[in-house]
Order: sequence, then C-alpha cells, then structure tokens
Amino acid sequence: MSSVRTAPRASSRAHPRPRRLGPGDRLFLTVVVGIPLLALLVFVWLPALASIGLSFTSWDGLTLSDLHWVGLENYRQIFTDYPPFWPAVTHNVIWLLFTALLPTPFGVFLAYQLDRKIRFTRVYQTAIFIPMVLSLAVVGLIWDIIYNPDYGLLNGVISTVSSGHPIDWLGDPNLNLWAVLVASGWRHTGYIMILYLAGLKGFDPALKEAAALDGANGRQTFMKVVLPAMKPVNIIILVVTVMESLRAFDIVYVLGGGTGSKPGMELLSLLISDNITGESSHIGYGSALAVILLLVSLAAIGTFLFQTFRKEDQ
Amino acid sequence: MTLHGRALKTLAGPNRRTVVQGIFGLGAAALATPSLTACGAGAASDPNMVTFGSNGGDATPKKAYAAVTSAFEKDSKLTVKTNTVDHDTFQKSISTYLQGTPDDVFTWFAGYRMQYFAKKGLASPIDDVWATIGAGFSDAAKQLSKGEDGKYYFVPLYNYPWAVFYRKSVFKQHGYQIPANWSQFTALAKQMQKDGLSPIASGYGGGDSWSILGTFDYLNLRANGYDFHMSLMRGQAPWTDRRVVGTIDLWRELAPYLQSGGGGRSWQDAAQSLLDKKSGMAVIGLFLGQQITDDSLRSDVDFFPFPEIDPTYGQDAVEAPTDGFMLSRSPKNPDGAHKFLEFLGSAKAESIYMSVDPSNVAVNSAAGTGSYNALQKKSAELIAGAKYITQFGDRDSDPGFISTVVEPGFTEWLNHPDDGSSLLRTIESQRSRFFTA
Repeated sequence: MSSVRTAPRASSRAHPRPRRLGPGDRLFLTVVVGIPLLALLVFVWLPALASIGLSFTSWDGLTLSDLHWVGLENYRQIFTDYPPFWPAVTHNVIWLLFTALLPTPFGVFLAYQLDRKIRFTRVYQTAIFIPMVLSLAVVGLIWDIIYNPDYGLLNGVISTVSSGHPIDWLGDPNLNLWAVLVASGWRHTGYIMILYLAGLKGFDPALKEAAALDGANGRQTFMKVVLPAMKPVNIIILVVTVMESLRAFDIVYVLGGGTGSKPGMELLSLLISDNITGESSHIGYGSALAVILLLVSLAAIGTFLFQTFRKEDQ
Repeated sequence: MTLHGRALKTLAGPNRRTVVQGIFGLGAAALATPSLTACGAGAASDPNMVTFGSNGGDATPKKAYAAVTSAFEKDSKLTVKTNTVDHDTFQKSISTYLQGTPDDVFTWFAGYRMQYFAKKGLASPIDDVWATIGAGFSDAAKQLSKGEDGKYYFVPLYNYPWAVFYRKSVFKQHGYQIPANWSQFTALAKQMQKDGLSPIASGYGGGDSWSILGTFDYLNLRANGYDFHMSLMRGQAPWTDRRVVGTIDLWRELAPYLQSGGGGRSWQDAAQSLLDKKSGMAVIGLFLGQQITDDSLRSDVDFFPFPEIDPTYGQDAVEAPTDGFMLSRSPKNPDGAHKFLEFLGSAKAESIYMSVDPSNVAVNSAAGTGSYNALQKKSAELIAGAKYITQFGDRDSDPGFISTVVEPGFTEWLNHPDDGSSLLRTIESQRSRFFTA
C-alpha cells in the first residue's frame, strides 16, 4: 500500500535537481572515497586478516621459508599449556571491574560536583585532568618514585607510622596489579571527569529546576533526571572504560620496566608483545593471542552497542 | 564529531570543494610521507662513509665509542656515521632492525644470540677480517666469534666477569674472610645478617629481572658443571632434571639472605646499597663500576669468584659476557666496513675504549693493560685463568625463552621460594616451543 502511494509522489518531486554527476564529479568522488577506503584496507583490514592468518602458523618473523602451517596448534597450546594465559585473562577482568566500579563513577561524581559552579572549579578541573595530559613515561616515572621500596614516598609515609619491612609494591605479585591499577585509575578519573563535564555543560538547567520544584533531593535529581538525560555520554564513557581496560598495556609496560609480563601483572596485550617483539619472536603464537583479544573485545563492545541501540530502536 | 561537522559546513559555505580537496591533499601527503623517508634512507650510500649502529646509549659507553670512531676516522680518512640507540631498545628491536636497512657495522653480543642471527643469514661472515686481527685473540675468544657453520661473524671488543663483589672496609671492620666454598659462603651470609647487614644485595625490579640469572648460572655451573649448564641453556636437557632441582635447592638456601624487596628495586639501587655499606655482598658484573662516582671508593671495592660447591668442578667456569661487533647482511660500504671492523679488532681500538670506560676488560691480548685499575687487572686474570667461559643466561640461551619464561618464573619463585617443582614444570612445559624449530 504505502509503496504505491509514495511512488508517484517521489516522481513528481524529482524535477529541479539534475541527479547525474559529471565525469569530474565522479572522478573526484572516486578519489575521495577510494583513498580512505584504501587506507582502511591497508592499515586496518589487511593487518587484522593477516594476524588471523598468521595465528594458524608458526613463524619466527625472519624468513618466509620458515613459515609453517600448524592449524589450531597455537590455540591449543595457549589454552592448555601456557602458564601466563589464564592469569592474564583474570587480570584483564579484574582491570575491567576495578575501572568500571571505582575510577569511572568517581570521575562522574567529580564532574557532577565541579559543574555546580563552586569556587575555584577551574583549578580543580585542571588539577584532576593533569594526569591525562602528562605523557605516560612521566606518569610511570612518578609512580615509580612513589612505589620505590627504598626511598619511595609511600613507604616513607608508612615507615613513619609503623616500622617493619619495606613493602615491595611493584615486586610482590599479590600487590603489584593493585598498585598499577591505582596509578591507572588516577589517570582514568580525570579522563572520565572531563568527558562527563562536557556532557553536563550541555545539560538543560531547566530540567534540574523542575526536579527541584517537584521536591526531588540532590540524589534523586541526579539518579532520575541527570543520568537518564545524559545517556549518549554514558554510552561513550562505558565504551571508553571497556576499551581502556581491554587494551591496558602502556602503564603496566612502563611500571614493569618494559620487560613485558611480570609475575602478577600479566595482561593479554603484554603477552602479545612478549611473543612478537624481541629477538626470538613467535609471530604465529603472538598473533593467536591477538586474535583472542580481538574476539574478546568485539564480544564486549559488540554486545553492549547492540543492546543499547536495540533499546533505542524500540 | 557533530561539532566538527557543523563548523565545517558553516565555514566552507560556497567553496566546500576546495576545503575537501585541501583535506584530501593533506591526507595523501600524510600517506606518502613514510615511503618518502624510506627512500631518503636508502639513497645515502657514500664510499667514504661507514654507518655504525651502537647500543651504547649510556653516557660512558657513548663517550668511549666516540673516542674509538674518531680515532678510526683519523687513521683511515673515512667518516663513521654513528646511530646510537638505547641499550634495551636496541635489543628489543634487533630483528626488525636487521631485516630493514641496518647500519653496516653494529654492536652485538657473542654466544647463542650472535649465532642465531648468523644462522638466519642476517649477518655477513668476516673471515677475511679475522685473517688480519686473529693473532691478537685467544682460542676461547676465537671460538666465541664463530657461528655454527665455523665461519667468523663477530669481532669482540671487551668482556667483563661476574663475581661476588664486596667492600674491603666492610670485611675488615667485621673481620670477614673470603669464602672459598658453599658452607663458608652461607656461614658468612648468616654472620652478616647478625651484624645488621643485608648479606646479598638484591634488585631485579622493573626491567632488571635479567640480573638474577647471574646467581642461577653460577649455582648451576658450580653444582653441575659447564657441560650440563650449556646443554640446559641450549634446550637440550629437561628443566625437570634432578640436577636443576638441586640448583634450586641451593638457591633456596640462599634466599633468606637476599636483601628484601628486591622485586621492586633496580640493580643500580641494589649496587648502591653495597657501596653504602648496607649490603655485604653482591653477585653482579664488573659493570657495577659504572655506579661508582667517587674514585677513592673504587679502590675499596673488590670481588672474589663465586665459591666452590662441588669439588669436581671447583671454580673452573667464569661468566664473562662479551660485547663486540657484527657486519650486517648487505652493508652499503663493504670495504669501509671491513676496514672499520679490522680497526675495532685491533689492540689500539680496544685500548682507546678501555681508557674511557674502565668497567670492562679488553679481549685483544695485545691491548695495553697499563691503564687498568686494580679491579680490571683482577678481572683480566680471572677470565684468563678460567677453563670455561660462559656468556650469561640470556646470551647462552634463546633470549625469548629466557625473558618470557625463565625470568618471570624465577622472579615469582623468589617471592615464595619453595622446592621449585612447579616452577621447573612450568619452564619445562614451554621449552619445546622455543627449541624445536
């Protein structure tokens, strides 16, 4: 029915604008679309597919003649006979939970407080955002100094309160992950705060006023009015948090001294670089790990986005 | 995103196309840049220039290499273009470096690590260089410089021994004696603990986990001998062998005497604790000397060889990593590179290097030892007297195996030293992945 009705309307409307493109326009469009497409293929799809292909091989990365097809052997070994693999998965999950439960809500909380036009709000914003501005090498250096067992700030403070053995923050496999998570959370909070603050700036204050008139208290206003209205920003923040947790690499690498996985601090991303970089590389093995990380990331982000947009469509 | 889009539209208005073209042009330029720079690097081939890739990023080696290259430039009328990279970065990127457009001559290590790249065809044989420089080197040094195919691939510059370092004044003050065997060694450590010292300095935090291999290597060499140690390192013996279990047991005996908190400390800080008289001893290499800034302190530092464990083997092996040079796969200036290597292997070059960097010992036996300090003299004697010379854990073995399996295993074990059975099982489970190919 509807198609019958719309068809004549469309034809009657299509008069003034010529729909044909000239040869110059076509060429221009081809180039403008083609170059990014080519870049996308060469820099994104080709490496991704090559990784997947390489993950079924055994290769030292030096000469092509050494490339052997091994089928699923790499995956079998990783799942059954690779000691750092399951700790790495656990640590990635811990990382995700920690980041999602502490620094992210805290960043939102700070943004909400700073949006209330309190005094010196600019100073606070800058101070909290500064960790994000610093280069990671500097962040690593700062926390290295704080955690140093001999002259570190943290042990210095602790030793004035109680005596005893110095705590080996970065060396103890039971502690070092948490030590690094604090450092990472310190950065992440500022990031989330800025994102959320930007969202709050575009928030219509009339909604808050209306909530106040209706007798809502501060908590109710936030939970029932602000948070739902900020949905697009919430999605961005959640995606950012999940992504940052899964790709966590840099700060561990810096604090771990650039040696790749240290006991207690194994992460999937570090295992990949462990196997691929260095003098004797196992390209196939590392690629298999990368494919696993890719699948996990796709599953996490995919599920989330799918859910969100399906709700929106309804 | 939306903000950008909006701004563009209003700005562009009538001539949107020019803006888009401009953006497109920028994008194309960005895409083209990498290939352009690659071309630039390839074109630089000058018959009067030799390129030299150096891993001497620290101040002292950098100065020493500069002295060597400028002496060569004066002698040969060739110029040397040195490309210095930080030591760790150089090591990590070596495979990609050698496959790309490497410098003609580059710094590297003797042992398994040199043979690996020689076997893969990433270095050129230099038998003709050795025809000139061969006379200056001992048989052990010659052996170290050959690949598995019997050809020379390596020109040694210097080596340095690993030993147990201490401060003479500390030993004098407490009346300690140099321990000759294991029971004296552990007894001394116990006594030091009573006297309020950390018996053995320990620092393997951050990127320094390699430093614990020195202790393991010596324990294994002394308890099980050179042959077994080398077959273990080359992946020919299982790590679950009862002899390795024995080595771990010895290490466990030593564990209570290690300075606590080693997992978060750098080797430099551990060395400093020895110099500050907080630790009694340190199992470390002669590069400890780089930590010494005050020369009066240098004369107070001494070392003794790692004590005997099994009298069958005594103290017959010395761990003395050798650094030197290799010739890349297809040097741009082969003649110049050969001349440069010949010069690097000469006694003169080695003497120049040692005069700037006193924490090493020249390999060329004709190099002047006159400028040596007491520690260098003693080191040279120790190495000359050794029946076997090993390189170091990560140089005698597959470096990937050591850095991704053995080192994490050892550091984790050191936190809770037990009988090591699970540690050794873990290491053994990964051995075949590195040594079958």
